[in-house]
Amino acid sequence: MSDISFTVDKGESIAIIGPSGAGKSTLLALLAGLDLPTRGEIWLDGQCLTDLDEDGRAAARARSVGFVFQSFHLVPSLNALENVMLPLELADQDAPRDRAMRILSEVGLQDRWSHYPAQLSGGEKQRVAIARAFAAEPAVLFADEPTGNLDARTGDNIMNIMFELNRNLSTTLVLVTHDKALAARCDREIGLDAGLLVSDAQAVA
Amino acid sequence: MKAVRFALRSFARELRSGEVVVLLLSVALAVAALTAVGFLTDRIGKSVARQANEILAADIRLRSPEPIPPQWRQAAEAHSLDTAETQTFPSVVFAGDESSLTTVKGVSADYPLRGHVRISDRLFSEQYEVDDIPQPGTVWADGALMARLGISVGDTVSVGEADLEVAAVLTYRPDQSIGFASLAPSILVNLGDMPRTGLITEGSRVGYALLVAGEEDAVNSFYDAVEETLPDSVRVRNREDSSGRAGDAADRAERFLSLTAVISVLLSAVAIAMSARRFTHRRMDTVALMKSLGASQRFIITAASVQIVLLGVLGIVIGCAVGFSAEKLITSMLADLFQSDLPDPGLAPVALGSAVALILVIGFAMPALVQLRNTPPLRVLRHDAIPPPPSRLFVAGSSLLAVAALLYSVIGDGRMLLIVLAGMLVISGSLYVVGRGLVVLIGRSRGGVGVAWRYGLANVARRGRDSAVQIVAFGLGLTVLLLLTFVRTELLESWQQSLAEDAPNQFLINIQPQERDSIAAIFEQADIAAPDFVPLVRARMSTINGEDVKTREYPAEDGRWMANREANLSWATTLSDSNELLEGEWWDADYQGPPLVSVEEEAALEMGVGLGDQLNFMIAGQEVELTIASLRRIDWNSFRPNFFMVLSPGALEDYPATYVASLKIDATEKGVLLTLVRAHPTVSVIDLDAILEQVQSIMDKASLAVQAVFVFTLAAGIAVLFAAVQSTIDERRFESAMLRALGARRRTVLAGVLTEFAALGFAAGLLASAGASILAYIIAVNLFELDYDFSPGLWLAGLLGGTLLVCVSGFIAARGAINAPPIDVLRAA
Repeated sequence: MSDISFTVDKGESIAIIGPSGAGKSTLLALLAGLDLPTRGEIWLDGQCLTDLDEDGRAAARARSVGFVFQSFHLVPSLNALENVMLPLELADQDAPRDRAMRILSEVGLQDRWSHYPAQLSGGEKQRVAIARAFAAEPAVLFADEPTGNLDARTGDNIMNIMFELNRNLSTTLVLVTHDKALAARCDREIGLDAGLLVSDAQAVA
Repeated sequence: MKAVRFALRSFARELRSGEVVVLLLSVALAVAALTAVGFLTDRIGKSVARQANEILAADIRLRSPEPIPPQWRQAAEAHSLDTAETQTFPSVVFAGDESSLTTVKGVSADYPLRGHVRISDRLFSEQYEVDDIPQPGTVWADGALMARLGISVGDTVSVGEADLEVAAVLTYRPDQSIGFASLAPSILVNLGDMPRTGLITEGSRVGYALLVAGEEDAVNSFYDAVEETLPDSVRVRNREDSSGRAGDAADRAERFLSLTAVISVLLSAVAIAMSARRFTHRRMDTVALMKSLGASQRFIITAASVQIVLLGVLGIVIGCAVGFSAEKLITSMLADLFQSDLPDPGLAPVALGSAVALILVIGFAMPALVQLRNTPPLRVLRHDAIPPPPSRLFVAGSSLLAVAALLYSVIGDGRMLLIVLAGMLVISGSLYVVGRGLVVLIGRSRGGVGVAWRYGLANVARRGRDSAVQIVAFGLGLTVLLLLTFVRTELLESWQQSLAEDAPNQFLINIQPQERDSIAAIFEQADIAAPDFVPLVRARMSTINGEDVKTREYPAEDGRWMANREANLSWATTLSDSNELLEGEWWDADYQGPPLVSVEEEAALEMGVGLGDQLNFMIAGQEVELTIASLRRIDWNSFRPNFFMVLSPGALEDYPATYVASLKIDATEKGVLLTLVRAHPTVSVIDLDAILEQVQSIMDKASLAVQAVFVFTLAAGIAVLFAAVQSTIDERRFESAMLRALGARRRTVLAGVLTEFAALGFAAGLLASAGASILAYIIAVNLFELDYDFSPGLWLAGLLGGTLLVCVSGFIAARGAINAPPIDVLRAA
């Protein structure tokens, strides 16, 4: 991956698209501070990630970042509510239980809060994951193929919830996807190929 | 062949993966525990067997409280048998101001008739066999005695009135007690010197023995010839009944230690089964790939089996080496308890260890391997395609069979095996239920204290089955260690506290009637109150209500022994403070009527006698008829001289009596005893403090050795933990990465992991403390009839020890997962 430079504004939603091996996941990892570039700088929510150590970046993530993964990645030993509480507690926020409960009802799972991941369907798991991602009201939400493991209808449903929360909380949304239709719903598309930035297009309003 | 080559090629690489190391170490641990115990019991067993043939130093031994009449020896010689004589008595031996209770053994020229005496020229120097006995004027002294007296070869000891030179260190005599050293070390004296000591007098406690050996037929016909003429007081022993008892004791010790080792083996088996599970999972992808490339099921199973067998062999080698070293360590801890050097161990334990390793690997690892064979090649395309798990029946059956085979190899008795197996199933079943209960409690208590706390406790609850197994595995080892460490000392302390402040610590025995006044004077001069002298007359019971004591029926076997043994009779005008009258009436102080007797309650119960019954005794050749006038209960903890039979005054007036006395003497006043024994060399002083101290030191050492065996149990508990962590290491690694991705600091992840293991350890500690306390209570109240206070020290050690141990082991096992980089969370998809 080389010679990439771009800025994402607050509240903007962008889709990173490109074929397999184009470097989408690597870019996502760099943007979220999960990995460091060999050269260059990455700024997130007013902080230079490349200047921080491992725990510093973890603290930055706790404060500013939410994640939604393709395989949901819920903690299997914690129930739905506890999974949503996780980022709130990691960011030292007040009343994590009440806030987690509130956001769980926003994704329509208020009655399933005590269920464990193994007891939830794929769509429900992803809704818990979205609730978890938005719980701490992060500045940026990173989503890695969020509908990849879901059927088309559930996927649509999930994306509706995601875009709605994105609008309501004016979160910046960074989405990695194969799905052209999904990418088209974002404000902006960034195209990657073989580690290079090949396109950067504002969606036609 | 291809499969074998493949297996060998990849074996070295396999050794680097965690679960293979755990598998290997678990096998090694099981083998080490078994061989350590095996080597130890083998050596003790050999030493017992070696000694069994010579334990009497003769083929037959006649022992009598009276001097041996010359006609017995003449009878033996008439049968062309070899003979020797010994005289044995306890006495205090002096060297300067030091003194020690000693077994003095005078022997005649041909002693021993079987086996050899071994001596050395200096303490701790090379020992050698001799055919002589000590020259007149010299003795051979036990090394322990020389250490106690602070003397070396060439120094002089005083035995009674005789001063004798120590000519050599006595390292072994055939008729010494087997295995553990007796409380009084011995010296060997030339029989010709015995009269010079002045210790052989009327009424002194000398055991006279005639040793006889020769052709078996001649020995038998000699015995047949003299049997009729032997008085009741003579005890005859031949080789068979002597070696039998020592052999039984050694057998019991061996079974106990082996069962101890089996607990470690079973825990290791759990670890083996757990890591085999992981071994299988890790290989599924490779196996699927190889199958898609055309490898047959046979190839797969052969390759896996070869690797498992290699692991087994390596485990056996390591295990035997560790077991051998551990045995050396244990015997060095016990060194001064054994009277002589133990013979070198044989190879039998290695065979047993290897067989057990094989059983373990086949019974506990094979079910998982069979699953590997069934891996669908589809897994190459679809990662979630996993083979059907081996049927529960197959797993349970094969492990139960393995356990049964294992136990049979140790117990070697079908009925015992069933009992032990059933017991183990019940105990491990109930422990497991308790463990599961603790896991549920832990899961419930994860409340709102914080993310690390909740995450850690939630992990315990989620892997409920494995968690419970770990709690039980650690709990077992800890229970036994707590029991051995705390309860042993606490029991002794609580027993000592139950004794009266002024309980006597010195016993004087073998006091002649005319010595009483002068002994009282010695104490009064030293400002110590003179003790009461209690009379003692030796007698033998002949009939109970006219029935011969030998042929009579008894309610308890102990009753038969009680009636037939040589009895010590005493008399008293008043009831002793330490006695309580239960039935009947105590005689008046000036009672003059026909002789009455007061009998101890349990003795009466066991012999089946009560008030008004007639007991006849033979005393110095005359029959005395006694009527039971009362039954008493004795407080044995009073440490006063007490007797099963106490007679009314006057009944024993005409018979030769010696006296015994007991008194409490502070450590600072012990000098008076030296004066006493110098003035009255035939009086034996028994220092109870010294004996208690020695008993305690023997108990300390023996339990230290048993503890060493239980360290294997604890290590097996750690192996179970490592296996459990290994089998979840991928999950753990991924979850750490995810927590990091969500913004958790390394510290938070670490705190979660530590919380998890601390909770497991705390639960194990709880189980162990409760288990040890309950067992201690049962032992104290039922076995020793002592009060038991639940000790805070035991609980503190159990909880703290369990928590720390599991925390540290868990951290080491899981540390690789804690540092998983957050980027893994994207790669894992």
